[in-house]
Amino acid sequence: MAIRDRLSGNEAIAKAMRQVCADVMPAYPITPSTELPQYFSSFVANGQTETVFVPVESEHSAMSACIGSEAAGARTMSATSSCGLAYMWEMLYVAASNRLPIALAVVNRALSGPININCDHSDAMGARDSGWIQIFAETNQEAYDNFVQAYRIAEHEDVKIPIMICQDGFITSHGVQNIELLEDDVVKNFVGEYNPTSWLLNPEHPEAVGPYTNPPYYMEAKYSQMVGMNNAKKVAVEVGAEFEKISGRKYGLFEEYKTEDADYIMVIMGSAAGTGKDTVDGLREQGVKAGLLKIRMFRPFPGEEIAQALKNAKVIACMDRTESYNSQDGPIGNDVKAALFNAGMAPKVLNYVYGLAGRDVTVESLGSVFEDMQEVDKSGNVGDTYRYLSLRG
Amino acid sequence: MITDIKKQGEDVKWQDLTPGCIIDGGGTAKEFNTGEWRIDTPEFIEDKCKQCLICVPFCPDSSIPVEDGKRLDFDFDHCKGCGICAAACPFDAIVMRKGE
Repeated sequence: MAIRDRLSGNEAIAKAMRQVCADVMPAYPITPSTELPQYFSSFVANGQTETVFVPVESEHSAMSACIGSEAAGARTMSATSSCGLAYMWEMLYVAASNRLPIALAVVNRALSGPININCDHSDAMGARDSGWIQIFAETNQEAYDNFVQAYRIAEHEDVKIPIMICQDGFITSHGVQNIELLEDDVVKNFVGEYNPTSWLLNPEHPEAVGPYTNPPYYMEAKYSQMVGMNNAKKVAVEVGAEFEKISGRKYGLFEEYKTEDADYIMVIMGSAAGTGKDTVDGLREQGVKAGLLKIRMFRPFPGEEIAQALKNAKVIACMDRTESYNSQDGPIGNDVKAALFNAGMAPKVLNYVYGLAGRDVTVESLGSVFEDMQEVDKSGNVGDTYRYLSLRG
Repeated sequence: MITDIKKQGEDVKWQDLTPGCIIDGGGTAKEFNTGEWRIDTPEFIEDKCKQCLICVPFCPDSSIPVEDGKRLDFDFDHCKGCGICAAACPFDAIVMRKGE
């Protein structure tokens, strides 16, 4: 029997962490991290979990300790946010190249500066090339469900790639929502035991981890990482299907909302997808063929699948909650357009930067994006393809 | 389990790389001939050697083999020619020569 509760996204992930019960959790326990490690450390203090909690002096140390722990053969997790993730940067690449399936709960918040602590995707987008799987959530429920599925994807023998389970800062991390939790034993059975194929603390079989790779090896190592990353798509779909059997909730690479016959499709990721769906519902009532595609898995990017899902759209609007300063598009706009181009498609695509650093995202503001799409369709003129939403001036 | 270390040469295909480039097995540093890096070379003058063995723990690369309590000539597969042994020897039984 599922357990009905009302929890913030941070509490929900902390509960998932307790249920998954990894062996070790090194984490920097104070700001810029959210209250997530604090919730989890109270489970440790109260004897409600067997996980060893290692408070460290920085996020760089947290990820370094994760690497050591996971390489030693222990299932390892951590949590961070914003500039805490930025401070892990150097070690994120090391974790990925060593093929250590660590799970990291990320609460997406702006990177300073200007100094700000509110929701946007700059932290995770900065880490998008580090070789980690990145999965995003719209709701607290999805954040919880994604964390329960994390190790099944990351540890799969065809993958062996670390995974970030992302949720939107404050909007879901601190916002309380109704949620359906799974029972402890159900999660335990679903996640299963961790059986690494090799591990550093194995006296029967010595090995060295993280060697220097000179030019004859480095490119082959990177290609091998890329193959593991690509395999994560198939594995995530399989794990999602299994998860549906225990939860009744369906997960794929992305979610299509009223896209089947849609002329105008918004591609969006994270909590604003909920507002987007409301916007679509309103427009549908007015007879506008609006739809929404919510990206769940951002790395690896399901480009072929997304291009296929967008094939009948007249105009597409890609929504980026970050600025990447390439002067022409944001990360989602960039990836979606590349996917369409590779599929031989050239629909009209607008790209919006929205909701930076906690700027409100409303049915009205997202509605204006659909108005713009209709305008472009009517005039045949795309105009400025890279726009800022709700910008004064 | 993991690909044989013998396959991990410079011609290795990506499919044959160990996961995360793990070096499978212990003591593999032996197979890496760091002696190739040597510029100056130590010479062991056996007549002057009192077999005090002080040079042995000073060698940073275990390149002075010891057998039956006596040091032998250098392991030139691994000696990088750093000269620490020559500086440590109290009896001038090790001298550094220019070149390999």
